[in-house]
Amino acid sequence: MTARLAAAETAPGEPLLNIAVFTAFLLLALVLVLRARRRSTSSASDYYTAGGGFTGPENGLALSGDFLSAATFLGIVGAVAVAGPDGYIYAVVAFVAWLVALFFVAELLRNTGRYTMADVLGHRLRQRPVRAAAATSAVVISTLYLLGQLAGAGGLIALLLNITDRAGQSAVIAAVGAVVIGYVLLGGMSGATSIQIVKACLLLATGLAMAAFVLGKSGLSLPTLLTEAVQNHPRGEAVLQPGLLYGGSLTANLDLVSLALGGVLGVAGLPHILMRFYTVPDARQARKSVVWAIWLIGAFFLLVLVLGYGATALVGPEAILSAPGGVNSAAPLLALQIGGPVLLALVSAVAFATILAVVAGLMITAAAAFAHDVYARLIRNGRATAEEEVRVARRTTVVIGVVGIAGGILANGQNIAFLAALTFAMAASANLPTLLYSLFWKRFTTSGAVWSIYGGLSVTLLLITFSPAVSGTPESMLPGLDFAVFPLSNPGLVSVPVGFLLGYLGTVFSSEKPDAARYAQMVVRALTGAGVQRGVPGDPSVPPPAGRHRPSLPVTGQNRRPDPQPAGSPAGPASGSRGPASGRPGDTAGWPGNNGTAGSPGNSNTAGWPGNSNTAGTWPPGRGESLPSGRNRPGGHDPRR
Amino acid sequence: MFAPSPPDMAGPGRDVWVAAAQSPDFVELRRRQLRFLLPATAGFMAWFFCFIALTAWAPELLGAKVLGDLTLVLVLAVGQFVSTFAITLAYVRYAGRRLDPLADRVRERLEGGRP
Repeated sequence: MTARLAAAETAPGEPLLNIAVFTAFLLLALVLVLRARRRSTSSASDYYTAGGGFTGPENGLALSGDFLSAATFLGIVGAVAVAGPDGYIYAVVAFVAWLVALFFVAELLRNTGRYTMADVLGHRLRQRPVRAAAATSAVVISTLYLLGQLAGAGGLIALLLNITDRAGQSAVIAAVGAVVIGYVLLGGMSGATSIQIVKACLLLATGLAMAAFVLGKSGLSLPTLLTEAVQNHPRGEAVLQPGLLYGGSLTANLDLVSLALGGVLGVAGLPHILMRFYTVPDARQARKSVVWAIWLIGAFFLLVLVLGYGATALVGPEAILSAPGGVNSAAPLLALQIGGPVLLALVSAVAFATILAVVAGLMITAAAAFAHDVYARLIRNGRATAEEEVRVARRTTVVIGVVGIAGGILANGQNIAFLAALTFAMAASANLPTLLYSLFWKRFTTSGAVWSIYGGLSVTLLLITFSPAVSGTPESMLPGLDFAVFPLSNPGLVSVPVGFLLGYLGTVFSSEKPDAARYAQMVVRALTGAGVQRGVPGDPSVPPPAGRHRPSLPVTGQNRRPDPQPAGSPAGPASGSRGPASGRPGDTAGWPGNNGTAGSPGNSNTAGWPGNSNTAGTWPPGRGESLPSGRNRPGGHDPRR
Repeated sequence: MFAPSPPDMAGPGRDVWVAAAQSPDFVELRRRQLRFLLPATAGFMAWFFCFIALTAWAPELLGAKVLGDLTLVLVLAVGQFVSTFAITLAYVRYAGRRLDPLADRVRERLEGGRP
């Protein structure tokens, strides 16, 4: 009882202990990042995707670490504690969404791309427009997501470290952001993945321990726990029934459907989730990693249900809502109640670790989209070297990080809960339609992709701007103003169909002729993984060694060799070995069309490869730019030299 | 504009990829893939949106007690988890048995240079 009263006035627990545990985590993370650094982080492939060298289970842990943000952990526990089943809907939506990733995205993406979504689209469509569009989408979505994460950190800091003044909170936000930037620069994707793996383990272990405690207290009986929750909730049995958060009017009901639609299709289009599928060597491992993620995230969300009702029963909704941090304080207060300050410190550290891990993944994603798609392909026209590209990726990491920190400090204390809905809806309306069309629709064209991406992004943004999430209600970001013309806070119900429709219309109204051969290539690659680890002899899609156009002369003898190893390419996949056994199969693995086609000396894939439209300059001859790794550049193989 | 169709590479007048796409193994692979994915997707989406719609439009129904204080809405919410786990397992089994061997065959043929 004293804990409850104290909680109402100041942050619970002992901030120093919280800081100590969190510092221990930071040091552990630093060790991991430095270990990751020993493996190279100099090449683009290492920096973006850890060379594709993680196994499925590792990536599954990292996926759940990347996905379970502070909002999902603290937010859903609190929402269940206060609002019951309605608070849990977000978890159901976010979980079922992984089936979309499993069925339509993970394997197909791994088989057809290298670092970014643009790689996939570039297979069939014209490089420059789709790269620009896909990169814009990735940078916008990741940056908004990043902003939400860092702005939410302010409330957490007040809650966990008992820092209530704005300057102090801003300093901590800046410090957390700076630490992540440093870690990402040091360790690249490999370091970020390690942090995500450790964080996922910590989160699951903490959740499991707390749920065991909670259930133990009610005699290992879920019904008993629910009865206790009913007794301790001011609305009584309503905490076990729908209706406390959503519904009531037609608009409210549609808003719920809208949230569900944006969420269930959004997860599989989030750029930082997409990028994780490139950190494994092949599609089988990508599938395995989603399956692991589904088990881990599902198990965690089931624990969250127990924790939520545990918080209702043991802490009580009034105490939760009056504590600093409001709903988010449910899990920390529950930890304090059942495990004292030590458990609270652990939960706090896990919450911070969560921000750290998610932010790291977002920074790399945005940096890869800019450096790989915009800088290397659009600005430098494919003439940037691997070193230049990584240098730009690092700088972009810093810029995005600083923008995120500044935005997070500015947005601290603002009600920006709508950012989550916005980013999910954007991913569902811009990225998913394009991915699905390009994998399943023969006629799909460049204009379709461009319309769908830009249109999906803008419509979503427009709808949320004129929604009650931004103005018009006391819960809005700008409660004093009212320009909410669109009645739903979640844009998905309109923006997702619009995204699909624009992709259709853009295709139908363009004069572009769909290229059946290239679609055939994409589908075969996507379903079989041909060309991912070994080249395909006679593959006409591999650009010619020189010249700006498609080869008019066929294949050199080299092209017919089944699995040639370019000289001086130690990292070449050992005679096509696949799967986890091959460990880190070198940079070439996961690099469609690279290795086996010595006739088109590695450099060729570089620029024009996926999709190689014959726009002049897309295949800059003779340079080893954006090769997966500098050491792989088979310079001596260039027949023109 | 797209490039003209690629020159003959691996056979009389056909791109290796087009040849692979038209091979019986690949056609069967695509058929099997869609035969699982389409009904499974329709099923889980329908079940999911049914749950969401019931939550929105029939809160009284879902508020009914099933066992002790346990309400129908919680049973259905956990049911979404159970069905997702089950569909995942089914897909892994199906892919391992019916998709992967075919995909391997098509891939090995392509990478081995046999169109």
